[in-house]
Amino acid sequence: MSIAITTQFICFIILSLVILIGAIGVVLLESIVYSAFLLGGVFMSVAGLYLLLNASFVAAAQVLVYVGAVNVLIIFAIMLVNKKEDLKPINDIKSRRIISTSICLTLLSLLIRVDLTNVWNLSIPQNSIGEESTIRIGEHLFSDYLLPFEVASVLLLMAMIGAIVLARRDVMTKDISTGLPVDQELIEKSSEPLLTNKN
Amino acid sequence: MQLFIKNTHIVYEELIYKVNNIKILEYGLDLEYSFNEFLKGFGLSSEIAHIIWLPVPMLLVLVAAVVGVLVTVWLERKISAAAQQRIGPEYAGALGVLQPIADGLKLLVKEDIIPAKADGILFTAGPILVLVPVILSWLIVPFGQNLLISNVGIGIFLWIALSSIQPIGLLMSGYASNNKYSLLGGLRAAAQSISYEIPLALSVLAIVLMTNSLSTIDIVNQQSGAGILSWNIWRQPVGFIVFWICALAECERLPFDLPEAEEELVAGYQTEYAGMKFALFYLGSYINLILSALLVSILYLGGWGFPIPVEIIAKFLNLPINAPFIQVFTASIGIVMTVLKAYLLVFIAILLRWTTPRVRIDQLLDLGWKFLLPISLANLLITAGLKLAFPQFFGG
Repeated sequence: MSIAITTQFICFIILSLVILIGAIGVVLLESIVYSAFLLGGVFMSVAGLYLLLNASFVAAAQVLVYVGAVNVLIIFAIMLVNKKEDLKPINDIKSRRIISTSICLTLLSLLIRVDLTNVWNLSIPQNSIGEESTIRIGEHLFSDYLLPFEVASVLLLMAMIGAIVLARRDVMTKDISTGLPVDQELIEKSSEPLLTNKN
Repeated sequence: MQLFIKNTHIVYEELIYKVNNIKILEYGLDLEYSFNEFLKGFGLSSEIAHIIWLPVPMLLVLVAAVVGVLVTVWLERKISAAAQQRIGPEYAGALGVLQPIADGLKLLVKEDIIPAKADGILFTAGPILVLVPVILSWLIVPFGQNLLISNVGIGIFLWIALSSIQPIGLLMSGYASNNKYSLLGGLRAAAQSISYEIPLALSVLAIVLMTNSLSTIDIVNQQSGAGILSWNIWRQPVGFIVFWICALAECERLPFDLPEAEEELVAGYQTEYAGMKFALFYLGSYINLILSALLVSILYLGGWGFPIPVEIIAKFLNLPINAPFIQVFTASIGIVMTVLKAYLLVFIAILLRWTTPRVRIDQLLDLGWKFLLPISLANLLITAGLKLAFPQFFGG
């Protein structure tokens, strides 16, 4: 084993362990803030795995989108609404836990079975593209993957319009779903600062 | 498993072979190649020589970054003093040049306090998460044709991705301090960083469109045709201004230092910090400022390029372009030019800090979303149009 192979193997083991332990931590930890930060760690380690696979553009995009945008927004939302309140105890929590654990274990066993029975095609690619992958991704996004790409952007646009409609209810006098007049209490008042009104 | 690792290893070896081959042919000093040849002279294998070489540029750049911070701190003290008609640091060394070292030593020996009600783990991890991505971004800063740690293909995109990790560290330290001012400061920092990242990335995208590459080396080489006339600032004046404003906002410098606005939030997310943990924030913000200045000089001011092209100087001195003298001259003038341009921008940033008032949070968000974002989008669109219309000037 040469030094390069050993280094790669050690990196792979460490990254996989971080992903597995981090993901279990996200699910099992009581504190939601810790879960959110651990999720960021898991995203970073996945980016590390992409780097090991010579996919540097995908790794950087993973960091930018998942860590820099998704995870920051999750933490942001948790911190804005993080009220220390005692939740109501749930009835028959034990049976619920048993049901969810069994469903998860079934899914896991299904995945393991697929992994074991499928014949994976591990042929060595003749010429790796490496640094050219950025160009190749761009070509695919504007040719054979154009439709999924555009549909994804339409989906994001819909989500954004939905968020704006929910946040700015003052543009409508009637609630869309119920038809009742909108409660004007929660609506943001004019954003003029208080100091300018005094003069 | 074994197969997959072997496979990537072969690809890696091939890449190394290709890169080495190109480097021998390429014009410019290659310190790594000569260092490896030197070590091979002692009978070491090329793999061992490579491993010995690896930490050398990293340590050099780390030292350069820290020395850069010391210089910037001294400049900040002196320029602020001049702006307020004071003398500034005077007794520590000539003109007070040793003052930043004294500051650093003071922070080093100060007691490291973790508040009783704070969250110990997150409180410690926060400053580290703020500093590490900033230092990692120095990976892509070139001081010459081969004078950088690694010419990664995704270059400038790596910096954009890494700088998006920073808000997590700020949120973490804001939350862990268990203090409402810290939390507000952390939230403000994250909101500001997210909203200014978009125009920043869009103005970088316009440059990338003109270069046809994300690599910082290619971006500088694209501007090296006709000296000062071919710098990107003439072709991207709007992008230059948008990028500089956004870079200042990302560094949380005045006029955009709302996250640590001392009149409103005491000191924002750093309120509870003392000693070396505070020093990490301090170091991080200054390294980030120098990094931003370096990147502006690389993207818009021709990087290591001298205002007069080296080819003309070589012709004037009647020497071939790959004569050893010209090579050494180019490399040293490259480092000097990069640092000089960066420090000119640092000077402007410091002067801005001591002469402008802070913007309000609503003004900050208005500027980011309603002014810079549409402007940078329009800039991108116009650049694409100009690239189609005049491919010889805008990188066909």
